[in-house]
Amino acid sequence: MLLTVVIFLPLLAAAVLLAAPRLTGRAAIGLWIATSAADLVLVGWMWWRFEPGTDASGVVDGLAYEADLQWIPTVDAGYHVGVDGLSLPLLALTGVLFLACAVYSLREPDRPRTYAALFLFLQTACLGTFAALDLILFFVFFDLTIVGMYFVIAGWGHGNARRSALKFFLYTFIGSLALLVGFIGLFLGSEERTFDMVALAANPPLADSPVAGGLVLLAIGLGLAVKTPLFPFHTWLPDAHTDAPAAGSAVLAGVLLKLGTYGFVRIAMPILPDAWQRWAMVAVVVGVISVLWGAFVALAQTDVKRMIAYTSVNHMGYVLLGLGAAGLVAAADEGARTVATVGAMYQMVSHGLLTGALFLLSGWLWSRGHTYAFDRWGGLARPAPVFAACLAVAAFGSLGLPGFSGFIAEFQVFTGALQASPVATVIAVVGILVTAGLFLLALQRLLTGDTVAPGGTDGDREADADRTGEAPAPAVGGGATAVVAEARTAPRVGDLRGHELISVVPLLALAVVLGLFPRVLLDVLEPAAVAVVELAAR
Amino acid sequence: MTGMSGGTEAWPALLPEGLLLLGAVGGLLLGLWTPQQAQWRVRLLVTAACLASAVAAASALGGPAERVFEGTWVVDTTTGVVRIVVALAVAVLVWLAAPSVAGHPRETEAYVLMLLGALGTVALAASGDLLLLVAAYLLASVPLYALAGFAKDAAGTEATMKYYLMGAFVGVLLLIGVAALVLAAGTTGYLALATALPGTSPALLAVGILGVLAGVAFKAGAVPVHFWVPDVTAGTTPPMAAYITTIPKIGAVAAAFRLVAEPFADLPLDVPLLVAVIATASMTLGNLAAFSQTDVLRLLAYSTVSQVGYLFMVVAVAARTDVAVPALAIYLAAYAVTNIGAFAAIAATPAARTITDWVTGAARHRWVVGSLAVCLLGLVGTPPTAVFVGKLAVFTAAWDGGLAWLVVVAAGNTVASLFYYLRWMAPAFAGVATAPVPAEGPVGSGPRTAPGTAQKVRVAPAAILHAAAVGSVLLGVGVGVWLGVTGAS
Repeated sequence: MLLTVVIFLPLLAAAVLLAAPRLTGRAAIGLWIATSAADLVLVGWMWWRFEPGTDASGVVDGLAYEADLQWIPTVDAGYHVGVDGLSLPLLALTGVLFLACAVYSLREPDRPRTYAALFLFLQTACLGTFAALDLILFFVFFDLTIVGMYFVIAGWGHGNARRSALKFFLYTFIGSLALLVGFIGLFLGSEERTFDMVALAANPPLADSPVAGGLVLLAIGLGLAVKTPLFPFHTWLPDAHTDAPAAGSAVLAGVLLKLGTYGFVRIAMPILPDAWQRWAMVAVVVGVISVLWGAFVALAQTDVKRMIAYTSVNHMGYVLLGLGAAGLVAAADEGARTVATVGAMYQMVSHGLLTGALFLLSGWLWSRGHTYAFDRWGGLARPAPVFAACLAVAAFGSLGLPGFSGFIAEFQVFTGALQASPVATVIAVVGILVTAGLFLLALQRLLTGDTVAPGGTDGDREADADRTGEAPAPAVGGGATAVVAEARTAPRVGDLRGHELISVVPLLALAVVLGLFPRVLLDVLEPAAVAVVELAAR
Repeated sequence: MTGMSGGTEAWPALLPEGLLLLGAVGGLLLGLWTPQQAQWRVRLLVTAACLASAVAAASALGGPAERVFEGTWVVDTTTGVVRIVVALAVAVLVWLAAPSVAGHPRETEAYVLMLLGALGTVALAASGDLLLLVAAYLLASVPLYALAGFAKDAAGTEATMKYYLMGAFVGVLLLIGVAALVLAAGTTGYLALATALPGTSPALLAVGILGVLAGVAFKAGAVPVHFWVPDVTAGTTPPMAAYITTIPKIGAVAAAFRLVAEPFADLPLDVPLLVAVIATASMTLGNLAAFSQTDVLRLLAYSTVSQVGYLFMVVAVAARTDVAVPALAIYLAAYAVTNIGAFAAIAATPAARTITDWVTGAARHRWVVGSLAVCLLGLVGTPPTAVFVGKLAVFTAAWDGGLAWLVVVAAGNTVASLFYYLRWMAPAFAGVATAPVPAEGPVGSGPRTAPGTAQKVRVAPAAILHAAAVGSVLLGVGVGVWLGVTGAS
């Protein structure tokens, strides 16, 4: 019941927002923040009361806050939700990121009421996907995230938003249908004809038909790979990110990409253990290619947001490397495979926090200068020291510096995968070097040197004028032309504002906490990871 | 077989049809004695008859399947589902049509023809005999010819002409098919055919099957006899288009389902494969043709052609799997709700006939666009709408029936269909975004502005649109209840 409240509370708030057309924008955003905060408190309560157990627990047993209602009786699909060590960290991540986005959007000028309602709808969809224990329910929420994100990009994006949104929708919709086909295959292959994940994981279908199992895994893997995204299905990602609003990008990278990797852990590995072992090497190879491809292509970008988007491909590659290594049963002992799985799960949380922060920070660039191009910015450390500090922290965390959550995650992935596939692991370490290089390069371009900034918006100039006590620049009278004319007058950019700061800093703080005190998360993750590894080794 | 004697005891089984007929005759008589401004009374009577028929059908669903009147009329789950869906859909469509026919000299006739067409549709679904199938085909066709040309304008007349000629031509094919089957088996009852047909000449069988399937495919608007669909849909008024693309399809698909499940079940010819090919062609060609449409009515027309393709998937496996009947029950209801909703959006804003009109004009009405988005995403099969559950059930049934390749084709087509629904919906939605700031060229340039600015939303169709959007989601979420009512689970 509590879990159902957590899932549908945001949707309820969204309905209230839509039904109250007279609500002012600020009040709408206020309601959004309050709802997200309340939801996060409830998730925190669930975490507090959750008993992770000591040895293998999760996926098929040790599920907390379960609810099970029948929905489509003919095919035994139902509303079955529950929480275990795999889903709880991601539920918490969703709560944190959506709250950060709500705070970040405090001054959203464009139709704030609808914007808030859409994000609340998205939050319900994301929470529902992580909590679902029924394949069809998983698919329902999975698909709804696509619809919600489509409207966010199409309605509030910039640049070529409608085209990017369409590309995003078509691409991920193809993926989701492949997923649906795979789910139907699991249903028909199972003995008791059910869509229930717990029942399917307890008694895996298609165990004695390797060809059918492989094809079903192919369909499911395809669907999840598009969402994750893995090379070569990642091409929608940079466009969607570049044209999405900052909060949309943060949610897209921080939460929606996790739906793909979470699907691998929750569905592919426990339900198709035989096929996963057989094809684990493919996952490893795809993961390593994604690591390298994402890193090298990110290195070549001239646009901040595209660069961050490609580093997401790189980071998701580590997750797949870890999960693939966990399927190489013959090549590694159970301890190593568990470490790899834990690392992959840790990476999901870590990437959500750090990349979410990076995308929110990149929104600062857009709001001040309407461009993400590296060559239009420079020397920002002087006028915007707080922004520079936050960006530096996020970048260092993202490149895997010890002391941050990313290090714990990647270290475990490499440790666990080394025994199973040493060559792939060594190649993947190259990705770390390239990522380090590209983040340092980005910091150097943006923060150091002479201060360069495109003409700011009116609001910023006024804000600056307030602070310095000077009169606003004469061009302000021109209104819209002042924005369009990219006059490189004396670059004066305001620093992070209060609400931007309040939204970004907690994400970075959490990344540091998880980097310094990993047990907080490991205590929850490890029993579930052991369970996944045991189930995948059957 | 209670009705084998043809005795009077079988009549109660036909109560739902009797109520429809009573409504039609009563409405006609009432209309004769009612002044022209007060013909809404006929509308009320017709609605009451439909609702009564649906209630009677629902209460009859609990009983066992039976064949009455010497096996010609089958009363089972499929018939019951068609009875309920058709009766409720006609009750709604009467009100959808009301704004465009109110005060018309032939207002009563429109309602009566709609009821008679519904009766023919139910007869199509219930017929267990080839000759009854032919009669039902005519009853489900002739009233629709009149309805298609009801407005008596040039486009409507042309549409009627095409519809009638195509219908007459396919009617002949149907008759040839029936003749061939009778020649082969010497009987017309489905059960007798099922035992007699397997041993007969394959050539006669092939002619018979092709002819009969052509007949039902025409009523369903499936490829290759779909050519009338876009012309009739775009030529007639939106409410009539909603009627013509929804009601007869339901009966025709159910008729095809029964044919494949009973007389064509164990033939030496691969009938399921033939139906699967028809399904593939319908969904693929319907989608491809819809890509380039700018007229929203034509776009929806091709969308209905592709929807029939998904429905024919479950027809193909009618005899092969237990989950086929519930799948059909879900998809038929889901399609009726969602399709009526989409057409109601057009009926609500009659001036907006092209996608660009929707961007400039209708987009001001957020709620219309919002509900339209729900209906169109529903037609794509986005969860948790009813069509999603229908597609899930249909895909499962098709795969279970050994047609996994058809599932892959259908999944690909679903993605393709998303593209043209988004072409309509996305600009309309984005139009909301820029509504206060018209970024287009000077006012009065080109066709975009005139219908757009003079846009008024009609109340009744808009209400039906919103109800359909809500109903589509509710039916999706509460599909267990619907299956419980129909007893299909």
